[in-house]
Amino acid sequence: MTQVDRLATGGRIDRSQTLNFTFNGKGYTGFEGDTLASALLANGVRLTARSFKYHRPRGIVGAGVEEPSTLVELMGANASGNCPATTVRLSEGLVAKSVNCWPSLAFDIGALNQLASRFIPAGFYYKTFKWPNWHVYEGPIRKAAGLAAAPSEPPAKGHFESRFGHCDVLVAGAGPAGLMAALTAARAGLRVMIADEGTEAGGSLLSRKLTIGGAPALDWVAQTVAELAALPNVTHLQNATVWGYREHNYLMVTERAPTNPSLLERTWRVRAGHVITATGAIERGLVFGNNDRPGVMLASAVQTYVKRYGVAPGKRAVIFTNNSSAYAVAADLVAAGVKVVAIVDSRETVPEDARAQVPGIEVMAGKVVTEARGARHLRGVAVTAKTGGAARILSCDLLAVSGGWNPTVHLWSQSRSSLRYDAALATFLPDIPAQAISAAGAATGDLTLNDALRSGAEAAAHVAGCDTPDIPEAPDLPYAVDPLWRVETSTGKAFLDLQNDVTVDDVHLALREGYSNVEHVKRYTTGGMGIDQGKTGNLNIIGTVALAQGIGMDQVGTTTFRAPYTPVSFGAIGGLREDTVALPYRHTPITEWNLAQGAVMYESGARWRRPGYFPRAGEGLQEATNRECRAVRERVGVYDGSPLGTVELKGRDVGRFLDYLYTNVMSSLKPGRGRYGLMLSDDGLIMDDGVCFRLDAHRWIISTSTGHADAINGHLEEMLQTRFPDWNVFITPVTSQWNNATICGPKAREVMAALGTDIDLAPEAFPFMSVRDGVVAGLPARVVRVSFTGELSFEVNVAPRHMRALWAKVMEAGQPFGILPVGSEASHVLRVEKGFLSLGHEVDGTVDAHDLGMGWVMSKKKADHLGKRAVQIRRDGTGPRRELVGVIPEPDCQIPEGAPLTPGGGREETEGFVTACVWSVVQDRWVGLALLENGHARHGDTAHVRLKGGEVIPVRVTPPCHYDPDGAKLRS
Amino acid sequence: MMQIPCPFCGPRNESEFFYGGPVRPSRPDPAAVNDEDWTAWLTQVPNPLGPVQEHWWHARGCGTWLTIWRDTRTHDVVEAPDDAG
Repeated sequence: MTQVDRLATGGRIDRSQTLNFTFNGKGYTGFEGDTLASALLANGVRLTARSFKYHRPRGIVGAGVEEPSTLVELMGANASGNCPATTVRLSEGLVAKSVNCWPSLAFDIGALNQLASRFIPAGFYYKTFKWPNWHVYEGPIRKAAGLAAAPSEPPAKGHFESRFGHCDVLVAGAGPAGLMAALTAARAGLRVMIADEGTEAGGSLLSRKLTIGGAPALDWVAQTVAELAALPNVTHLQNATVWGYREHNYLMVTERAPTNPSLLERTWRVRAGHVITATGAIERGLVFGNNDRPGVMLASAVQTYVKRYGVAPGKRAVIFTNNSSAYAVAADLVAAGVKVVAIVDSRETVPEDARAQVPGIEVMAGKVVTEARGARHLRGVAVTAKTGGAARILSCDLLAVSGGWNPTVHLWSQSRSSLRYDAALATFLPDIPAQAISAAGAATGDLTLNDALRSGAEAAAHVAGCDTPDIPEAPDLPYAVDPLWRVETSTGKAFLDLQNDVTVDDVHLALREGYSNVEHVKRYTTGGMGIDQGKTGNLNIIGTVALAQGIGMDQVGTTTFRAPYTPVSFGAIGGLREDTVALPYRHTPITEWNLAQGAVMYESGARWRRPGYFPRAGEGLQEATNRECRAVRERVGVYDGSPLGTVELKGRDVGRFLDYLYTNVMSSLKPGRGRYGLMLSDDGLIMDDGVCFRLDAHRWIISTSTGHADAINGHLEEMLQTRFPDWNVFITPVTSQWNNATICGPKAREVMAALGTDIDLAPEAFPFMSVRDGVVAGLPARVVRVSFTGELSFEVNVAPRHMRALWAKVMEAGQPFGILPVGSEASHVLRVEKGFLSLGHEVDGTVDAHDLGMGWVMSKKKADHLGKRAVQIRRDGTGPRRELVGVIPEPDCQIPEGAPLTPGGGREETEGFVTACVWSVVQDRWVGLALLENGHARHGDTAHVRLKGGEVIPVRVTPPCHYDPDGAKLRS
Repeated sequence: MMQIPCPFCGPRNESEFFYGGPVRPSRPDPAAVNDEDWTAWLTQVPNPLGPVQEHWWHARGCGTWLTIWRDTRTHDVVEAPDDAG
């Protein structure tokens, strides 16, 4: 079969370029410039889809984004689901298939639903599949009712991109009104962006035979596009849909075919000074029996196939309309050689200017189509008087329907601007703008060409503050409509929303069951949902509700129009922010060294990728960790502590600022000395812990936990700027300005001496919790005596550019002492052995310093600090508190982190949980930490861990510190 | 995405800011209020339908904590911070 329904001439297609494509496994040809839909129609394919719920046979209905029926799944490299066939550009080798039919389009098992259709009305699923619960039924129903599956792979080639755009005026739509608006604004010197969803500019002019200024309208389009292209202040995008309108005139525009061949799609986030929606109008269908049969099409779509694509969608056509626009369609069909049997017009009186379009064609005024006949294809229609009576059967294979025109108000409504019902045009029109927005052309109800050009020019002139330019002469058939929301005498299923299989009966059922608000009708019936978003059926649903309730259209109102206007791929929203670019890892300067040592690297907070452990040949995690722990406890180890957050504070008032933030007193520190402290929020919860050092009278540094560095910086700035704006404090986050090698273990001082330093390392000259600036291994360094391992430690801080040199020298100087690099696993073991806190483990948002056995950190001297009052109130409350204890599993075994402690090992209640459990090299057994009710009073007692399977492990309760409880080693 | 006026940087995208929450009354002297008043201050946050004064932190910009009045119904910034000049 070779394009049997292609007209001999005409259409904006390139007949010299034949394209091969496959639809449902069968090969066809089309031409460059075709859409998948136009190529299928050219090949005589009429049955193209099965419907969503009843699996009824469906054909192509529309010609653009409004297509409700034929959704296809694209296969191959650029796989994509649920694309309207009318918006898929034909390309060589395209492979597509229908969604929602199995095993094949022609023989669809789901079509059995049609036989049962009277038993599956709206709400059927809600009412039926609720015992014992919906999830029992969900799987099979989703398989049967869903649309296409999501592609399993991202596109093989190319990438998505996003960028920002800024303009004085964004014009949505490049039809006559949009082009005129863009031209007027651009000539006035405004920065203009014009975006249009079509493959080429022109909008409805591409499908119609009209003149502007005495010449073919498309000549004017070409001239205008050329002038816009020559202006430096204009950005003109085609294949680009404005699909989202957010607050503060922020709009989303996605280009589906950017000129850069490596780009799949590009999304613009546009901040526009003003928006002109010249989005045109979408034709409504008409509602009568079996109005979904393949061969029933929107009249404007029929016109588009004939004029733009050179395709005859039928041989014998009947037109069914309630307005004048379909008469121009009939004239175009006649000119293309298609037999027009009759025009069925529901209006009693047909305007003369409409009749004049179609001399010699029978016009059946005051008549309606009550039923479409035929199963898989239209064979004829039954026509009666509007009030009923005997039917006359007209034989035809194409029924072009026009129920009137709905201005495309989606963007207008998304901007929160209001709508009003216009009785003369029988539709909702833009009313009061809520942002800097205006509507032009058909989108505001100016449905003839001359009016569209004028309103486009006026909208732009208003924004630019210039005079409205002269409008070229553009004659058009005047628009007149008489609403027909549904044919009340129809027989058979009459569909309001083809995409979601919503019928008149469904809406009546919803109303009977009490869903009287139009938003409830929408949700109960699903009418206007999905990718349709109320494009074709919405007004007929509103009209059906109004008729049934005996109220006006304005009283029913519209449902909410939501973004996106048309489907948008996830890739287009994400842009380049995918994979490792979405949330990159952070590294310290010695990552290469770590990798060369065979370190196992993973994230340990705030996206820092750190060495977990350094396995040697044959070692697993536990063996390597034990070896690293032993090095620290027995000799010396070194770890890279750079990711720990560091903030420098300067100014006269830092002392009292820190006293306000920390629970203990920091202002009394002498220069060169430091203190451990807790930061609380004002509700008494522990935000962070760390150390605070005073460098000199007005300079301090504080450390934060790795994961909280940014949050604490924000907290400091908030407190300073919102509570003490007149205090003299300057806050500088310096985490990335310092790197460090933390040398820890009994031999740490010997390693420091071997490195060579001008700092006096003697314990009395450089005691625990003090800081010295000096030279270490020839590098300018700041050395801090602080310990997170419980051993003698020197944290040697240098500028990042010196980090690699420092690290190499530490490994070299430490080699005679058996130094080993230490990963985060060993660090964790060492801190658990010491009973040191880790936020997120022992600190979970319920415990306070007293529970942790750190009452000493809560200053009694200070009248106030953040969280003081809240902790007092909380401790004044009754009830036991969970307190930090050590736990020794008996028998010796590992307990999973988070395992609950229950009274006597019972299953009824919990009295705490295990926060950490590690293999201790100093205890030579498993040891842990836990939060346990009244734990401080229960040292020496036995508590019980209850595991998921019911296994109970007795644990001995101890003080939290399992190693060197007096701290002699870390102070040494 | 909202556009938030920063007194130093001018109108900037919301994505440059962290939300700082509605502005509450200034913190009472903890020694001078009773438990109920303290708890009320701590836990009750203004949540009006209409204009609300709120903090925003220009974290990915100049670092300023600023205060605007925003209408919760429309996102309109009904009162911007004073220009830093």
